[in-house]
Amino acid sequence: MATIDRALYVRRKLGNVVFLILSVSAAIFGIAWLTMILGSLISDGVANLTPSLFTKMTPPPGEAGGLANAIMGSVMMSTLAVVAGTPIGLFAGTYLAEYGRNTRLSTAVRFVNDILLSTPSIIIGLFVYEVLVVDNGHFWHIGFSGWAGAASLSVIVIPVVVRTTENMLLLVPHTLREAAAALGAPRSHVIRTVTWRAARAGIVTGILLAVARISGETAPLLFTAFGNQWWSTDLDQPMSSLPQVIYNFAMSADDGWHKLAWAGALLITATVLTLSIVARSLSSKRS
Amino acid sequence: MNARVTASETKVDIRGLSFYYGSNKALKNISLPLHDRKVTAFIGPSGCGKSTLLRVMNRIYELYPNQRAEGQVFLDGEDILHSRQDVNLLRAKVGMVFQKPTPFPMTIYDNIAFGIKLYERMPRSELEGRIEHALQRAALWSEVKDKLRESGLSLSGGQQQRLCIARTVATHPEVILLDEPCSALDPISTAKIEELIDELSKDYTIGIVTHNMQQASRTSDYTAFMYLGELMEFGATEKLFTSPDNKKTEEYITGRFG
Repeated sequence: MATIDRALYVRRKLGNVVFLILSVSAAIFGIAWLTMILGSLISDGVANLTPSLFTKMTPPPGEAGGLANAIMGSVMMSTLAVVAGTPIGLFAGTYLAEYGRNTRLSTAVRFVNDILLSTPSIIIGLFVYEVLVVDNGHFWHIGFSGWAGAASLSVIVIPVVVRTTENMLLLVPHTLREAAAALGAPRSHVIRTVTWRAARAGIVTGILLAVARISGETAPLLFTAFGNQWWSTDLDQPMSSLPQVIYNFAMSADDGWHKLAWAGALLITATVLTLSIVARSLSSKRS
Repeated sequence: MNARVTASETKVDIRGLSFYYGSNKALKNISLPLHDRKVTAFIGPSGCGKSTLLRVMNRIYELYPNQRAEGQVFLDGEDILHSRQDVNLLRAKVGMVFQKPTPFPMTIYDNIAFGIKLYERMPRSELEGRIEHALQRAALWSEVKDKLRESGLSLSGGQQQRLCIARTVATHPEVILLDEPCSALDPISTAKIEELIDELSKDYTIGIVTHNMQQASRTSDYTAFMYLGELMEFGATEKLFTSPDNKKTEEYITGRFG
């Protein structure tokens, strides 16, 4: 062995230690905040998790109540947004990955989709407000309503599903498509029965991620669903939602409202956490 | 093997075929026949165009833009490159097995049923019979008959490749193209597939690309030696391996290059 430069070796070892310390402390710093958020959510939220949360409406200041109308509104608008946005996202993503890999249209769609993916959600809310809520004399103006809320949420769902669908389909080996085509299967049949199936776990994960994303969105609902302090399942009417109630109640001076806001925040976090865990286990499971 | 080489009909007739990947010419004016119910092996060093040639016969290259074939390829007298025949129906007639096993992400049963159900309708009992028959022909039935409902991906590599052969056989093609079917397999699986090729050649016209010279000489009736996109020599396997006409062929089969 050649003679070892001791000084150089010591410097390398020292560099190693410094690098390790930097990485570990950055990781701890990040996780610490997350733990504190979760900790305060649980300590302040769990105490306020009562059955009346699910049965009573959001109360006026000073009175007891629950979050039933907000939970219902969130469930309805999120469900609608996913039901409307998923097929569009799925087919658009399929076009990008399967049909239009190098076409000009797909380059443009991919670019616009990336922009949409990172558009602040308040902009999307304002857009839907302008198009659907404000009375511009268009016949499609519907005012503050559950429909408008669901529409703005679905605009958030679409780019997420497009992106994950495309990426997951690109991971499917090309030999699989060739093998199916070599049996005489037409393109669309190959996609439906082989490619989609091979990418299923990843595509489902993308949809669940979209659900997680919209379930915490407040901004796009402020100008569209508006909020509603009474029980309402009428999508033509203004509709309540959990994030919006949390936003309003947390800013107030009323102690009862604070407690409801904590409970609502815990509910959303628990739902998103559950969805993420489901998504993870789905994507790690090999079919 | 030599005894089987008798005058026979031409199933596939390739005439003046050239092939381009973009502007890169990968096949140069190839002409050769595939005899009916005989095995034709394609050998040659990597990049010589043997897989490309196979991929023209079922027009699978058309999945990709910028790939282009010129010339004529006759299947039973009909030029498949220029006829109006539907490409999917052509592929149903000309089956292909790939280098790496490609089971679909579905059950063993559905893997076989996939191809059959594309163009045929039949009662369930008949379908089950077809699936069993195909698996038996691929020498896989005894190993999988109790787990037809399990994923095709749960099988070993050799079993997966036989599943792919069964899948191809099940659709009753007329020609079977095998693109280095054993290159990812162990010797025992390879031996099984070779037996299978021998068995299948009674009913099907077979084209096989291989890097393995012994495999070519064991399994085929005719051999084509290709080099740099050109067909150097084509003839009866025994003749080509014992007294090749071309100097390059001799160098290749004796292992002096490639």
